[in-house]
Amino acid sequence: MYKIVKKRELNPTVTLMEVDAPFVARKAEPGQFIILRVDEEGERIPLTVADFDREKGTVTIIFQIVGGTTERLNHLNEGEYIQDFVGPLGEPSHTEGLKKVAVVGGGVGCAIAYPVAKKLHEQGAEVHSVVGFRNKDLVILEEEFSAVSNVFKMMTDDGSYGEKGLVTDALKALIEAGNSYDEVIAIGPVVMMKFVSLLTKQYGIKTVVSMNPIMIDGTGMCGCCRLTVAGKTRFACVDGPDFDGHEVDYDEILKRASTYKEFEAKEREKACNLFKKEVR
Amino acid sequence: MPNMSLKKNPMPAQEADVRNKNFYEVTFGYTAETAIDEAKRCLNCKNKPCMGGCPVRIHIPEFIQKVAEGAFEEAYHIIQQTSSLPAVCGRVCPQETQCEQKCVRGIKGEPVAIGRLERFVADWHNANSCDLPTKAEPNGHKAAVIGSGPAGLTCAGDLAKRGYDVTIFEALHLAGGVLVYGIPEFRLPKAIVQKEIDNLKALGVKVETNMVIGRVLSIDELMDEYGFEAVFIGSGAGLPRFMNIPGENLKSVYSANEFLTRVNLMKAYKDDSRTPVLHAKKVCVVGGGNVAMDAARSAKRLGAEEVTIVYRRSRAELPARAEEVEHAEEEGIVFKFLTNPTAIVEGENGMVAGMTCVEMELGEPDASGRRRPVVKEGSEFNIECDAVIMALGTSPNPLIKNTTKGLETQKWGGIIADEHGQTSREGVFAGGDAVTGAATVILAMGAGKAAAEAMDEYIRSKNQTK
Repeated sequence: MYKIVKKRELNPTVTLMEVDAPFVARKAEPGQFIILRVDEEGERIPLTVADFDREKGTVTIIFQIVGGTTERLNHLNEGEYIQDFVGPLGEPSHTEGLKKVAVVGGGVGCAIAYPVAKKLHEQGAEVHSVVGFRNKDLVILEEEFSAVSNVFKMMTDDGSYGEKGLVTDALKALIEAGNSYDEVIAIGPVVMMKFVSLLTKQYGIKTVVSMNPIMIDGTGMCGCCRLTVAGKTRFACVDGPDFDGHEVDYDEILKRASTYKEFEAKEREKACNLFKKEVR
Repeated sequence: MPNMSLKKNPMPAQEADVRNKNFYEVTFGYTAETAIDEAKRCLNCKNKPCMGGCPVRIHIPEFIQKVAEGAFEEAYHIIQQTSSLPAVCGRVCPQETQCEQKCVRGIKGEPVAIGRLERFVADWHNANSCDLPTKAEPNGHKAAVIGSGPAGLTCAGDLAKRGYDVTIFEALHLAGGVLVYGIPEFRLPKAIVQKEIDNLKALGVKVETNMVIGRVLSIDELMDEYGFEAVFIGSGAGLPRFMNIPGENLKSVYSANEFLTRVNLMKAYKDDSRTPVLHAKKVCVVGGGNVAMDAARSAKRLGAEEVTIVYRRSRAELPARAEEVEHAEEEGIVFKFLTNPTAIVEGENGMVAGMTCVEMELGEPDASGRRRPVVKEGSEFNIECDAVIMALGTSPNPLIKNTTKGLETQKWGGIIADEHGQTSREGVFAGGDAVTGAATVILAMGAGKAAAEAMDEYIRSKNQTK
């Protein structure tokens, strides 16, 4: 059992939790993920490590409430326990040798992009961050992100905060302004990563994206998380989750991600009914 | 006077048309009377050929004599001397190619039903005896076991019986490995696996779940920081193999590992499970091993109207246990032999609409000794289906290999170990599917047993020379 030592609502649908998990905290690196089960009957879901504190032995996760499991997880409070919490899993993000990097985060993906930006900043790289949200109410981690960025661009779809537009608009402007990046790291909705990759391909800038497909064991056993990269089947849990953005088959990933959509919606409703809460 | 009937006593089972709609165990096991009657078919041969067919060398004629006398608990103790999972092996061993194949009674008629008797004895013990195994005198030495499947459980049990302080590290949230995520409830009830694990715990074995060795801790850390003097790697089979044909990543294409993990470990066969699984109407399973049979029979039980097993060789080459093939056919699973898929056809919404296949014929024997299937020209045809399950075996998980310096592996990724489980690293032993690639429960147990003996010798000799 893993104790929740801190819980903070970042926006109405996104929650941060700091969890007491010393074995995970000991080894965790940006880009890696954990798998958790909320309770005895729970499904296994992967969540990317948002932060870690090796001394305190804690790991921070940030999750969006999308289905039954995240709804149930969100219902747990500080001092309560998560049944299973295993990790760190996956390969850490490669940051060695990078001098100037554009980090692009979209929505709750910023939670994953942030630790990468932070690590790059700590190793002395010049970090240009572009973060995008649908609107002002959904903005998360603004302070944290801007604190580790040399350039920080906030974009919203409706213009209610920062600049109106897409992250690709801001990224394009930065590239056109003469910034030459060793690498672009894009983490967010699959569609966003697809369009960032299409953009950077035109400029020939190496681009790394972080994949978050459906998983079960997360340790390299079930093959559920497979995707096509450069025409080959790869497994996000052991080969990834980071892949070359120019080689990923995004359309296939989008389809596979929708496999249990109906089931998920039903489970969410069930979980909400359980907690007598309206579906937002 | 021995019972000279040429036939085995049949084992009662649920009617095929009933059981293919539920997940309860298919067979019920012998009654005491039937078991005694069957045991009397054993001739108690002096040279015990059956024992030579058993990877863990159970004293087969001795335990069967005890069954014939009605001394079931004594029979259990005889089995237990060499096997730590009798209730499991009685159910899942391919006896027809092991002990029973060597049985003298099989020369004329059917062999003694050794597997069914083993199962009977274990079940009788579990139902009637509350004796927990007694802990051995601690010898003050620590050993680690990675993975809690059949190899790891056997190795841990044998080490604990020798007085070692044993810790099993399991990556998943539940111990049992393939016995809980792979083999379905209707073939191996999970309560039986749990009972075997509880027995190990009673022997003093500690089980740490959620510990992915290679990520959470490395083998070097286990040895250097945590003081384990020897480590056994029984991490099992790894990532599923695919055919690299078009359409393999469509939504309703599963690896057998994924499908069975959803159904077994995550209990997706229950209506209230929080882990989803697609309930397809027409399912094709590709492959001919036990895993393919398990996947096909599970799909049928989830409500599929038509389940077809597509296998590129002929019936004679099916690697699955004979009983599983029989049970599958009785339950209405259709077999298409000498057939190989070339593409999976996409339908609406990224789901499967069918599978394009070619007919095969058998040519010259290949490296495995089996005749190599070759494509019949112009034989392409379609099978209509809405889900495909690939049961083509697995490749070893790369995690431990990548994080353990000096651990040598085969080109295909399997850990290199000798017949005692000794790897290229001192103090590190390995066995089961991690070494051999996908094989059987009993072979993994045999490897775990051999490794436990070698680890014991290794630790003892190391401490003598100090």
